[in-house]
Amino acid sequence: MLGQALPRIDGPYKVSGAAKYTSDRRVENMAYAVAVGSTVAAGRIARLDVSKALEVAGVIEVFGRGNIGKLYKPSPEAGMFDEARPPFADDAIRYYGQYVALVVAETFEAATAAAGLVEVSYREAEPNVALDLAPDDEPNEVSQRGDPAAAFDAAPVKIDQNYVTPAETHNPIELHATVAIYDGERFTIYETTQAVTNTRNVLSEILGVPREKVRIIMKFLGSGFGGKLWPWTHGTLAAAAARSLGRPVKLVVTRKQMFEAVGHRARTQQRVRMSAERDGTLTSLQHDAVNAAGMLDEYDENCGEATPYFYGTDNLRVTAAQTRRNIGSPTAMRGPGAVPGLFATESAYDELALALGMDPVALRLHNEPAQDQDLAIPFSSRHYTECLTLGAERFGWSQRTPEVGSMRRDGTILGWGMAGCSWIAARFGAEARVELHADGSARVLTGTQDIGTGTYTILAQYVADATGIPVERVVVEIGDTDLPPGPISGGSMVTASMVPAVLEAVRKAMKSAVGLAAKGDAAPFKGVPADQLVFADGRIGRKDSTAGAVPFADILQAASVAFVSGSGKAEGSFGQEHPKYSLHSYGAQFIEVGWQPEIARLRVHRIVTVVDAGRIINPRMARNQIEGALVMGVGMALFEEAHYDPRSGAPINSNLADYVMATHADAPHMDVTFLDYPDTKLNELGVRGVGEIGLAGVAPAITAAVYHATGARVRVLPVTIEKLLLGP
Amino acid sequence: MNFFSFSRAASVADALRDAGAGAKFVAGGTTLVDLMKLDVETPAVVIDINRLPLAEVGPAPEGGLRIGALARNSDVAHHPAVVRDYPVLAEALLSGASAQLRNMATTGGNLVQRTRCVYFRDTASACNKRVPGSGCAAIGGYNRNLAIVGTSEHCIASHPSDQNVALTALEATVQITGARGDRSVPIGEFYLLPGDTPERETVLEPGEMITSVTLPPPAPGARSTYLKLRDRASYEFALASAAVVATVTNGTLERVRIAMGGIGTKPWRNRDAELALEGKRVSAERFAAAAQIILSGVKPQPGNAFKVELGKRCLVHALKLVTAEA
Ligand SMILES: Cc1cc2nc3c(=O)[nH]c(=O)nc-3n(C[C@H](O)[C@H](O)[C@H](O)COP(=O)(O)OP(=O)(O)OC[C@H]3O[C@@H](n4cnc5c(N)ncnc54)[C@H](O)[C@@H]3O)c2cc1C
Ligand code: SF4
Repeated sequence: MLGQALPRIDGPYKVSGAAKYTSDRRVENMAYAVAVGSTVAAGRIARLDVSKALEVAGVIEVFGRGNIGKLYKPSPEAGMFDEARPPFADDAIRYYGQYVALVVAETFEAATAAAGLVEVSYREAEPNVALDLAPDDEPNEVSQRGDPAAAFDAAPVKIDQNYVTPAETHNPIELHATVAIYDGERFTIYETTQAVTNTRNVLSEILGVPREKVRIIMKFLGSGFGGKLWPWTHGTLAAAAARSLGRPVKLVVTRKQMFEAVGHRARTQQRVRMSAERDGTLTSLQHDAVNAAGMLDEYDENCGEATPYFYGTDNLRVTAAQTRRNIGSPTAMRGPGAVPGLFATESAYDELALALGMDPVALRLHNEPAQDQDLAIPFSSRHYTECLTLGAERFGWSQRTPEVGSMRRDGTILGWGMAGCSWIAARFGAEARVELHADGSARVLTGTQDIGTGTYTILAQYVADATGIPVERVVVEIGDTDLPPGPISGGSMVTASMVPAVLEAVRKAMKSAVGLAAKGDAAPFKGVPADQLVFADGRIGRKDSTAGAVPFADILQAASVAFVSGSGKAEGSFGQEHPKYSLHSYGAQFIEVGWQPEIARLRVHRIVTVVDAGRIINPRMARNQIEGALVMGVGMALFEEAHYDPRSGAPINSNLADYVMATHADAPHMDVTFLDYPDTKLNELGVRGVGEIGLAGVAPAITAAVYHATGARVRVLPVTIEKLLLGP
Repeated sequence: MNFFSFSRAASVADALRDAGAGAKFVAGGTTLVDLMKLDVETPAVVIDINRLPLAEVGPAPEGGLRIGALARNSDVAHHPAVVRDYPVLAEALLSGASAQLRNMATTGGNLVQRTRCVYFRDTASACNKRVPGSGCAAIGGYNRNLAIVGTSEHCIASHPSDQNVALTALEATVQITGARGDRSVPIGEFYLLPGDTPERETVLEPGEMITSVTLPPPAPGARSTYLKLRDRASYEFALASAAVVATVTNGTLERVRIAMGGIGTKPWRNRDAELALEGKRVSAERFAAAAQIILSGVKPQPGNAFKVELGKRCLVHALKLVTAEA
């Protein structure tokens, strides 16, 4: 069961349309809300005139600062959020698209029409959306060892370069949406969220009600990529409007608004200084990152996340700093920190290899550390060198000739590049309940969510494996704060986080069933001590013999018990103060690009990726995660960038034609291998989780390949045509 | 959002009667409905012309091929006569948009589709094309995909279509009908330069309808191709494109027609470049010289200056493809 490439159990719901996404929810007496965004990025609202909007037939109310009702600032203890300011809290405008009014009407069309008639005048200030990022304050020291500056000065070979990753938007195909219901006391909110529990905790504080008065439900998500982890202001507005009107309110943000007020990957500018002996031994590494943040937030992209432990060096310094811009709050986006961070550091390794005249794989193998030098602790299970060597073998790396432009096929210049990658492995706290029913089915209940990644199926596999109940008879209930609290769907951690809680719960439930087998007159194993009995393959029988084992359902029937259940709870390991082991996933990306200078056409042909992500529970879904991430990596490397107009501060390419992402036709041939070494320091199954690791390392491998093909070293993503057209 | 009245025309006469200032025909709707949702197009009257008998593709009475205004882009692209005689048009159509959009988009709608300038699409921005006299936010703003030839200080919007570039190289004629009767306009005269009236893009008068497009009979022995350059592999407008129709005899270019897309405020044709090739031997140097004629002295913006070089490479390569020995 574990390790089987099962199809998703929620697949049929999705392909038949039976899966209800948040915006599919229709409830009785529901009104429709449309938010009005600011058309300036800095200044103050001088006047908000809603009179024309109110005249539109079907309009119920137009909310602004004066009538939205009391909204509180959430405390840091509430949980995670990026935009701390409650919507409409003051008249200041800090980014383009900041909500200034909310129209609620009987129909979506009427609300949309009226939203266009809300008249706002502003006292405009000059927005700051400058691209060059200098820290506003003294940078924070993230990690420090030895004397990197002195080692750098003394080294025979060194690299000192700046790397830039642009603002990118998540833009999952499903728009952010909220359906908020208020019954005079309790809120029931359908929300496009990757974290129902956190959303409940934060919203309850903003709305000023106890947590038990807020229920959040999310059954299917049209993906999130981190953009739906923490609550955004549209959800607050919908809930406040429902509270004020005493009617359910639905709000679906527009595609344009997906570029404005629901987060994005922060722009980063990173200086990397690296030095080595002539044999490739790394003597120092300095990584100084700055990211753009919103005016009111402290968003830290944490670019140096993987830097301190990834390779061995005695002298290291990592710093992080922010600079504020008139942009919406950035937020976590698939592989936050490590993905932009590894673009910088892995690019620098490639440049260092070149300066040393060394093969980039060999350089990395040469600097493999014996332990996590940052924390001075052992690695739990690190197979990075095998990722490198196996990847090189599968790719055919030994055939590479290092001179720029030296490889060709059918008239196309080939570029071969590679990069390594790493991603944190940890568990969040989790609770679960498992029920075993007298009809032979099982149920697993936990307030985590499936964001399209396969959590429904994984949880069914865990229970099916432990009990022997067929996977199609396991019902999975998730995505609801009325369930035992489950982890956020972020950081690629759900699969690992759920292991201890679900196993504890299912074992307790099985123990109860075993208890019934020996108790009472009708019990099949009447009089047999419970410790002589086992639950295996869906049956209960004697430990010493499989003969005579009875289906557990028969035991429950005989005892007239509808179901037995067990609960499990596990503390998280994420953010632990003094970990004993350094836990991470690793991988290597080998990439071939094709370059046709005569038409300035660059395409990614193929990617070989080898991933060390612990034990793989479902190879089909794991591969699906990695392949999706690789295609996203092609977009990150070559196409994606949100452009802010320098004068208005508007994210101006705010639609899916002008914000260019990879299409199917851009998807390269992909060869994905999992090493499948269980990491039992994380949980007893040795499971880590797979998601973000596939995106890490793709962009630097592509720019390394681009250099190999063209001689142009692109340090500012994305690699657009104009950066290659005129040569290095 | 804007309020409008909607009618479905049963005949061309019907449609023309309702049409006039403030009215818009809707065919595939892939441009019009998109822009209405953005409040960029705000017609008072919308006339659905999809039921009109204008979808046929067949021989033109005067020779050549007539393509009805309502023929869908996908049907035209796969029509045997187009595939056989006008491959440049089939290739151009198939390089555009997505399969779903091509199934809806029509020949007539494509002829008058609007620019993808991001400021034109954003009612909060200044745009002379959308609101005459309001200014041009693209100058000094984000203009990577905008035009480098045919521009004015009032507008630098690029013409977005692929189809119309091929039609220009094919020297198509546009048939128009209206309250004042029928007329035919060579495609070279159909589009207007922005000048100081960027809101006027074609010679169509309010209320006039395109009924068909005719292609002259293919020149004997002519070969043609369409090359489109863009960032990603599909589903993106051209950064630069070239449609070339050429006849080569014994290594000499006899007849050459060139139109370029992505770089101009209209499908861009320059007769001098064609003349520089006609009667000459096939050679890479001459191709480069022809490209130079089209692209020398242009005034790009900082954001789209790369299109000068990209456009040259595009044309040179298209000429190479079309003149390559089979
Ligand atoms: C996401 C996206 C990507 C695209 N990519 C490309 C691309 O790569 N290349 C490309 O070339 N195009 C592309 N397009 C544009 C597409 O080709 C046009 O939208 C389409 O051709 C318009 O045809 P339609 O029939 O849908 O026009 P409609 O939207 O129905 O009409 C467009 C305009 O034409 C007018 N009109 C329609 N028919 C007539 C007529 N018979 N007489 C007079 N006026 C008429 C309408 O009044 C309206 O003003 C893309 C569009 C989208 C939405
Ligand atoms: S380039 Fe033309 S369409 Fe674009 S903003 Fe300027 S005037 Fe408007």
